[in-house]
Amino acid sequence: MGKTWDEINERISSGSAVVLTAEEFAELAADVGVKEAARRVDVVTTGTFGPMCSSGVVLNFGHSDPPIRMSRITLNDVEAYGGLAAVDTFLGVTQQSASRGLEYGGAHVIEDLIAGKAVRLRAWSSGTDCYPRTEIDTWVRLEDLNQAYFFNPRNAYQNYAVAVNSSDRVLHTYMGTLLPRLGNATYCSAGALSPLLNDPAYRTIGVGSRIFVAGAPGFVAWEGTQHNPNQQRDEHGVPVAPAGTLAVIADLKRASTRFFAAASMTGYGVSAFVGIGVPIPVLDEDVAQTLALTDADISATVFDYGVQRRSRPALGRVTYAELRSGAIEVQGKKVPAGPISSLKKAREIAAELKRWISEERFTLAEPLKPLPQPGEQGVKPLEIRSEEAI
Amino acid sequence: MPRKRLDLTFPPRQATKPITYHLVKDFDLVPNILRAQIHPGQEGRMVLEVTGRKEDFDAGIAFLESEGIVVRPAATDICLDEDKCVLCGLCTAVCRPGALTLNGAGDELVFDKDKCVYCEACVVACPRRAITLTF
Repeated sequence: MGKTWDEINERISSGSAVVLTAEEFAELAADVGVKEAARRVDVVTTGTFGPMCSSGVVLNFGHSDPPIRMSRITLNDVEAYGGLAAVDTFLGVTQQSASRGLEYGGAHVIEDLIAGKAVRLRAWSSGTDCYPRTEIDTWVRLEDLNQAYFFNPRNAYQNYAVAVNSSDRVLHTYMGTLLPRLGNATYCSAGALSPLLNDPAYRTIGVGSRIFVAGAPGFVAWEGTQHNPNQQRDEHGVPVAPAGTLAVIADLKRASTRFFAAASMTGYGVSAFVGIGVPIPVLDEDVAQTLALTDADISATVFDYGVQRRSRPALGRVTYAELRSGAIEVQGKKVPAGPISSLKKAREIAAELKRWISEERFTLAEPLKPLPQPGEQGVKPLEIRSEEAI
Repeated sequence: MPRKRLDLTFPPRQATKPITYHLVKDFDLVPNILRAQIHPGQEGRMVLEVTGRKEDFDAGIAFLESEGIVVRPAATDICLDEDKCVLCGLCTAVCRPGALTLNGAGDELVFDKDKCVYCEACVVACPRRAITLTF
């Protein structure tokens, strides 16, 4: 006996839907069984808050008088893309400031904009008959802009690697500082709270899904870049290494600094913590089965970042419960483990999304188009070849 | 045996004298250098953990002060800017002595100052630049 999307949305609209976070649902399922939990609960909310480098914003500044066709653009000395229409731009989170390097970048500009701070906009152009101005130097706030929205090409990775370093030197990576000779391990997933780990086969999450992005209501726009449904899966059908991803879109003007935070990764560069939450309708017992999984049921693969190649050696598999205990065993050695993805924020996001649905009647959207399914596509490498070899 | 952490500031002319040798040899103290930045001809700074009997300790301090060294109790805390911190936990991954950990629920940062050796690995690793050492 299942429920339909329409039935669930009617309950949300009438204020009678039963909504739990993924952690709460797993507890209930442990108490009363998955079948009964599936019957009682309409929606389960998920959340994650980790560095997501493939994120950025589309901005439209409006026209100055006389107007300018901006071809080189900086915001607080961080370069934004100048290859769109006159006053449109895309600012990526990893772009670094020309003057402050990785201490300030695109992510910091976005955080400042969300915080309501004024940002210095400078742009240059060669000047045209229709856009005669060649230079502009002004200050803008988020409220001054016409459109400002996230377009994040790759967020909410379905599982991620556990990073260790077998080499003899300290490595500074996007997974943080990795100490030599397996001195530590870092991991980056909300585990049992993570959106795509709760819908491993992409049954309910697809293009058009209504989601939470950095505190703003948004949508899944497309599959994320490097979406890899063919990743190895466990007995529950859950990937054991980085697999599916989401491209998301959402209004920057409704975002919150509670759920978006710039990150400076020493020795690596700038990134941004982005909060993503996805509601999952409990359509049937099959959906409920994976919603009921806990950190003890979900595992990740340990990869050796000491080998600086595309394919890093896998050194085994550990569960998120083991990782959360603060230490894992790798090659017979006890290795201290620390997270990069904030569990506290993930919980806040799942709770906030639950509040949206329960109190603000935030309804769910059935996907307009499914994400690529297992077996449909993988990830291609980039081969280095000459023109003659094509 | 009492153990104290001291923050020593050396005047420029003092920077070449082997004070830890004297603390060991003349006062029977056990100094453990946690941090030191001393260059000849410049003002220097050292954070020293000293273990010893109280009377030896007091005599050792008197010796240091007679040598023109300014002795203060060392800062015993790292300073966390809670507005900036997002509780990611990355600092816990680089803390070799295990002074910074997450609590059982995984959502609060716990600092055990007795384990901290002031290596500043957390200061450098924090992607939010939320940790500073206060002296």
